Amino acid sequence: MYEQDDLVYDSRRPIAPYAHTRPTTERPWVKWLLIGIAMAFMLAVLVLPLVLVFTEAFRKGADAYFAAFTDAQSLAAIRLTLLVAAIAVPLNLVFGIAAAWCVAKYEFPGKTFLTTLIDLPFSVSPVVSGMVYVLLFGAQSFLHPFLRANNIEIIFAVPGIVLATIFVTFPFIARELIPLMQDQGNGDEEAALSLGATGWQTFWRVTLPNIKWGLLYGVLLCNARAMGEFGAVSVVSGHIRGKTTTMPLDIEILYNEYNFAAAFAVASLLAMLALVTLLVKTILEFRYGDELAGTRRH
Amino acid sequence: MAMNSRAPGVTRKLLLDIRVQNVLKQFSRYPALNDVSLSIRSGELIALLGPSGSGKTTLLRLIAGLETPTAGRIFFGEEDASSKTVQERNVGFVFQAYALFRNMTVLDNISFGLKVRPRATRPPRAEIRRRAMELLDLVQLSGLHARYPQQLSGGQRQRVALARALAIEPRVLLLDEPFGALDAQVRKELRKWLREIHDKTGHTTVFVTHDQEEALELADRLVVMSQGKIEQVGSPDDVYDNPANPFVFNFIGESSSLPVEIDNNEVWVGGRAIGLGAQDTPKGPAQLFFRPHDVELVSEGTALAGVVVASRRVGGTRRVELEIGGLPDRVEIDLPFDHPAGEKTRIAFKPKRWRLFPTAAS
Repeated sequence: MYEQDDLVYDSRRPIAPYAHTRPTTERPWVKWLLIGIAMAFMLAVLVLPLVLVFTEAFRKGADAYFAAFTDAQSLAAIRLTLLVAAIAVPLNLVFGIAAAWCVAKYEFPGKTFLTTLIDLPFSVSPVVSGMVYVLLFGAQSFLHPFLRANNIEIIFAVPGIVLATIFVTFPFIARELIPLMQDQGNGDEEAALSLGATGWQTFWRVTLPNIKWGLLYGVLLCNARAMGEFGAVSVVSGHIRGKTTTMPLDIEILYNEYNFAAAFAVASLLAMLALVTLLVKTILEFRYGDELAGTRRH
Repeated sequence: MAMNSRAPGVTRKLLLDIRVQNVLKQFSRYPALNDVSLSIRSGELIALLGPSGSGKTTLLRLIAGLETPTAGRIFFGEEDASSKTVQERNVGFVFQAYALFRNMTVLDNISFGLKVRPRATRPPRAEIRRRAMELLDLVQLSGLHARYPQQLSGGQRQRVALARALAIEPRVLLLDEPFGALDAQVRKELRKWLREIHDKTGHTTVFVTHDQEEALELADRLVVMSQGKIEQVGSPDDVYDNPANPFVFNFIGESSSLPVEIDNNEVWVGGRAIGLGAQDTPKGPAQLFFRPHDVELVSEGTALAGVVVASRRVGGTRRVELEIGGLPDRVEIDLPFDHPAGEKTRIAFKPKRWRLFPTAAS
């Protein structure tokens, strides 16, 4: 039975805890179970392997660890990786901005097709991308006689590795910028033009500052992938040690030679790169979350 | 116009008239503007008014050079501007969504147009700053020069956008729905203020709006548009008092209309003459238009009589909806809210002023 008092709201009376359970909220034990499963999974699949990479690398002590980097072949691999990234990332930067620009700012027939095409490297297995270049520039190719005559080496040489890396990393920046630029529209550019700015001035002073954080984010992801790419590069590289092996390839060779300390030492460098990328990405998201909103797809 | 109160540093440009000649604009086969001709007098404040999709913004963007006409020409004074780029036309354009550069301060936004000039015509740095500060003063935002656009209210952003457009000493000022995104109070304030700025600087100014009250209050002349065509051009009074066609009568101000029959130089409704003469209207079906507030109640004689079907108070007046002679069409009239007729079930009235537009015979 109700007392009369029960029907009168009294702010001093404590409110029963269930009064605030919203219909869309699970019960606490469900919530903690779900969080627990997710965390355990992450720990097993992501964190543990990462920790293992570093423990394996240091298993034989710090001396062995640093010795791995004085090895000429490993040094060459690191240099090649940096070189490949230094070529592939700027080229994809230019391509990414150009592609995003024309998708976001213009209407033209085949636009949807182009947008889909940009995604192709994501959907195609990297091995296949590598094979395509071998078919195109390799010994069986119709281009081969011409390349041969002009002494141009592409397959089993640095140009092939660069090409394969560009192919694999090419959607990263464009994909990052397209939604951002579509969202921003043409208004700012039109305003700049109406104020007398040239196309070039408009790009440098208005468009670029508007997209800079999204661009940086795309560059980070692109760079991480360019340095870490294995499949496509493996096909076109030819595995000539000290000449056409990048860091991921070098790690594989060392591993196959049972040189675990060295393999994990080089691997730890790549893992470090991933961690730094994640860290910078998190800082960027924290500081410029608004500008990056809607651009997170990976 | 208040010539004496000209703002310091804002030089009165050579006045410029604009002629739009037989302009046609097509967007992928659908015409946005259909053979539009318009001449805008130098120094006037003119409004392009129309419902959405009427082509008013397209016309403004064509004048600015942000769009190119499919056919026709646009003259700035004697010079054919049709083939000139937006930069060459030197127009001040204020965008509906302000389009302020978010990575620049208010001061940098305003000085942008001067900073991007080629070295030969670019004023020295200090001069640019001085001019931008003056403009900031003109738009009553002194002290906010170091703010970023995100830190300003909508009304303040609109003022910055205007100052930025004025900084390049434009030959004409074009505003696209300048107050569209603002709330009613700020809108009224800015309206008055825009009129003042216009009178101080004397620019030929064209603005687009879908708000008839804004256009009637602010503009020297109105251009009423619908479906890519100009329906009427005239002063606010002219357009309100002498609408050229049913569309304008309907669109500008309140209106009531009723299908009628013209015979014997008189207006007939449902087989009865209602005591309105129709000397200049041809015999046959027509549409009668009048303003709801422009009626007089009559007690006897020939008039429009109707049964009250709805009545509601709107502020200081009572709007009464009448069914005339059992016709499906209803008309509205306004009465003072405390008028005794408001209690009646049957009201007889006569429009004091009215217009007849013959209906195309069906």
